Amino acid sequence: MGGGTVSATQAPGRAVNLPPSSAQPAGPWARLRHVRWANIGLAAVVVGYLAWSLVPVLIAFVFSFNNGYSRSIWQGFSTQWWTGPNSVFNDPTYYNAIRHSFELAILAVAITVPLGVSLSIFLSRWRGVTSKPAAFLSTVPLVIPEIVLALAMFFLVTKLLHFVTLGTTAQIAGQVTFILPLVIVITRGRLASIPTGFEEAAMDLGASPLQAFRLALIPLLAPAILASAIVAFAVSIDDFVITQYMSSTAATQSVPMLIYTATRGTATPALNAMATVMALTTVVITSLGYLLYRFVSRREQVPQFAREETPTVPVLVEGTA
Amino acid sequence: MYPRRYLIALGLPGLIWVALFVTLALYALIAIAVGGLDPLLLTPVPAWSPLHWSSTWLTTVGTDLKPFSGPNWIVFERTCLYIAISLAACMLVGYPVAYFTAVHARRSKGLILALLVAPLLVSYMLRMLAWVGLLAPGGWVNAVLVPLGIVPPQFDWLSGLPVTVVFGLIYGWIPYFIIPLYAALARFDTRYLEASRDLGAGGLQTFLHVTLPMSKQGILAGTVVVALPMFGDFFTNGLLSGVNTTAMVGTVINTYAQSQTDQALAAAVAVWLTVFLAILLLPYLRSSARATRAVAR
Repeated sequence: MGGGTVSATQAPGRAVNLPPSSAQPAGPWARLRHVRWANIGLAAVVVGYLAWSLVPVLIAFVFSFNNGYSRSIWQGFSTQWWTGPNSVFNDPTYYNAIRHSFELAILAVAITVPLGVSLSIFLSRWRGVTSKPAAFLSTVPLVIPEIVLALAMFFLVTKLLHFVTLGTTAQIAGQVTFILPLVIVITRGRLASIPTGFEEAAMDLGASPLQAFRLALIPLLAPAILASAIVAFAVSIDDFVITQYMSSTAATQSVPMLIYTATRGTATPALNAMATVMALTTVVITSLGYLLYRFVSRREQVPQFAREETPTVPVLVEGTA
Repeated sequence: MYPRRYLIALGLPGLIWVALFVTLALYALIAIAVGGLDPLLLTPVPAWSPLHWSSTWLTTVGTDLKPFSGPNWIVFERTCLYIAISLAACMLVGYPVAYFTAVHARRSKGLILALLVAPLLVSYMLRMLAWVGLLAPGGWVNAVLVPLGIVPPQFDWLSGLPVTVVFGLIYGWIPYFIIPLYAALARFDTRYLEASRDLGAGGLQTFLHVTLPMSKQGILAGTVVVALPMFGDFFTNGLLSGVNTTAMVGTVINTYAQSQTDQALAAAVAVWLTVFLAILLLPYLRSSARATRAVAR
């Protein structure tokens, strides 16, 4: 309450809302004075951590160009695991795993996002007794270890729901169940910041409920829908436990499953090549998704900033609340 | 606002999905854990009706895991120890990283964030694959450590060393610790640090009395996000050790689940683990609910 009134009396002084540190003259020397040895130490920890977390992966990529059968001893440069008879693209096991992983990911995204977004709208707009327990149950997969959910779904599929067969169908069912709570968390977070007023206004102006939904709510939800799709894709591609428990034959082996079974064996560097293909594709697809996300959510930054910088608005909001 | 039938049509598919694949699935897990055994095939038979429940499997596993005296207690103890060490390491390494990125990073912030998220896009298995290559007897880790005389030639890191498994757990899960911690610290109002300095507190005092208490929710969230999957983790162990002496609870569940005749035991361990984790989670859920209420107020 206090913040709102103070800024209201000093309107339209925009600097009031800025933190005091940035109001001071900030020349290069003034900034240097604040740099302390502790911060340099912290920066060193960050650089060290990032190197530790990423360099091993880069080394694994490099080994896909190894001129030999070892995945740990460097024997010279060669592209034999990328092109030619020994290559990753010529081995049906690797090729199938890559294809199957992408199949699963596309289907999982296509099912989870509409299912999760519509359920989130229901959960946040429904005023009834079912809402709270349903919200809790749909997020349960987040608070139990994945193996418990995988085992539970395995028993459900093999002992009760015989129409879901182990293999692609069960893998999709499992991944959707596992990813659904993430979509719900993302979408409900966004829904919480969209007041129902937009849809009510649309309906007051003569829109039918369906039009209000399509023309007011869905565009406002677009960033959350995109974010959900990106997360769902990344989680599906990376998923191991549920995909493994729901699998049946070698034809339903995904890339993480193949890496798990082949890593300790005598697999050639083609394994590293496959992992590289997967990682690069995932990074590229999620980056494109992120750029699209930035594009979609860019439009609304204008009203958001306006709300933060216009001092009278907080008072208005508090007055009506 | 919307007509009820519209909302019901929106929610119904999701509600049916959750009822089927979460609620009913967990019930199936319990039904197996309290079920019987097919006399011929020796496969588990679920007891769907509470009238047919039997506690055989749950007590078998219960005595197995009996504190301090059960034959499998050591596995549980080991799991807790590995996770505790991993969490401590996540905190020691992850906190400074998240703190720097959230509070001090300026122009480099976007880059650091992208690099922090990158491991989540590179699959977990691939990151383990990378270390299997590096830690192999002729690998690059030994190429550095053997000449320094730290380990003997051809030292095999992957033959079931607890240190390798814990290292793998830390390496595998620390990105998942840093992200929620960063998200919490990014909301941190740095003016509190200035206030603390103005009031005469030193750097350490400020950290202990201002920064740390204010990042409690982030630390808790990171801990939960990382500890939960670690309790079910069997693949880190499988890739980096594969030996019984480093088995964790997840390994036990997975091993039982692989053999048809032991699947009921897998269900029973899973039920016990879930109960244990639910008790462990309660304080977190309570404190995060309190924090949400405080923010709302």
